[in-house]
Amino acid sequence: MASEKGVTLLDFWVSPFGQRARIALAEKGVHYEYKEQNLAEKSDLLLKSNPVYKKIPVLIHDGKPVCESLIIVQYIDEVWSDKSPLLPSDPYQKAQARFWADFVDKKVFDCGTRLWKLKGEEQEAAKKEMIEILQLLEAQLGDKKYFGGDTFGYVDVAFIPFNNWFYSYETLGNFSIEAVAPTLVEWVERCKERESVAKTIYDPKKVYEFVGYLQKKFGVA
Amino acid sequence: MERSPSSLKLFGSWASSYTHRVQLAMKLKNIQFEYIEEDLANKSEALLQFNPIYKKVPVLVHNDRPIAESVIILQYVDEVWSDRPVLPTDPYERSVARFWCHFADDKLGPAVGAVFASSGEVQKAAVDQVHENLALIERELREGFFKGKKFFGGESIGLLDIVLGCGSYWLAVFDEVMTDVKLVDPEALPLFHAWLREFEALDEVKETIPAVDKLLEYAKAVRQMLLGMSNNATADSPTATASASATAPVPDITVDS
Repeated sequence: MASEKGVTLLDFWVSPFGQRARIALAEKGVHYEYKEQNLAEKSDLLLKSNPVYKKIPVLIHDGKPVCESLIIVQYIDEVWSDKSPLLPSDPYQKAQARFWADFVDKKVFDCGTRLWKLKGEEQEAAKKEMIEILQLLEAQLGDKKYFGGDTFGYVDVAFIPFNNWFYSYETLGNFSIEAVAPTLVEWVERCKERESVAKTIYDPKKVYEFVGYLQKKFGVA
Repeated sequence: MERSPSSLKLFGSWASSYTHRVQLAMKLKNIQFEYIEEDLANKSEALLQFNPIYKKVPVLVHNDRPIAESVIILQYVDEVWSDRPVLPTDPYERSVARFWCHFADDKLGPAVGAVFASSGEVQKAAVDQVHENLALIERELREGFFKGKKFFGGESIGLLDIVLGCGSYWLAVFDEVMTDVKLVDPEALPLFHAWLREFEALDEVKETIPAVDKLLEYAKAVRQMLLGMSNNATADSPTATASASATAPVPDITVDS
């Protein structure tokens, strides 16, 4: 890959993982080129930049690719360390932040996928699990302004993109997130007041349409 | 920096490669700590209290505050005890190390676990997966980011060596237990094989990893049990998953979180 100076983000509009990178870059005020990827026909650049997983997001900084959204966010935090730190400086708080961001990674997307991919009892089980996950996260938030405390941080970046999917989860699972995790919904509204979140957000109804397209594609009712 | 053993405890399991990762890092950094062996079939109240989310080992408890997940523990230890660092200082190098650690736990580990828990056609497919995954690592050693390096960490072992190494010595154990399977072919993976031999030759590694005959005995017993279970029950049945996760060597063959 040519050593071009600058920052490029290979991404796909609806990806919550991609949005993490967009939010982190915005928090740091980094100028970058956004390149929307066609995941049905992956570009040479994507395949060369992420040969192992062939997935987005990929951050390319001065020609060097960084893959995996949380690794990208940590990279952004470490390179542009002069502004808006995302990870706490205290090692124990840092470990806790990593743990909960990893928890979001392990749990939210997979459970959400089962919510739209499955029917009947299995879907019901996925819904129960999603409620548990959201309540665990709500308990972790407690009465703090953000997961990071007074400042918007790593876990907030990791989790806030999934709020675009809440409408889909609620509609498919037939439950209300506000009813089961009200302080989480308040946290979402606070995050949406931040420019970095507001300008990278996308319409939950469009996400729902996209989920519908995925359901047809996978032959779900 | 406080180093009294009682303020630093590690809950682990003697055969768990995730536990070995932390023990190895502690040894490299010469950190004193209290080790608590957990019976994974009968988890202690303390473990369940310190890791209520996943209920797994290893868990590090420092001044009564728990840290769970081995790669998170390793980074915590590296930040608190900064002698003999295991992470590089350059952000790009750190991102590469983290990426391959993620790959090891996300892809390679589960594939190896699948080989160990299955037989016949299913096992053959899992073996192919392992070979593909190891080939990717071989490529990085041959022509990618780790080209020309003795260890992934450079001249001495770092985060990725610890993460990959502590799982990889099991590959030879499994190859011995399952005689019709060959996970590491030195001819197909010369650089990976060479790296693994260098890793296993290190004093700190020899002092951390249990003796091969103990591992073999353990692996043979688990393999028997897993094969017995797959004959009697579906892989998803509660007893299957409970037993497998309780006694599985590395990685966790079932996802019990």
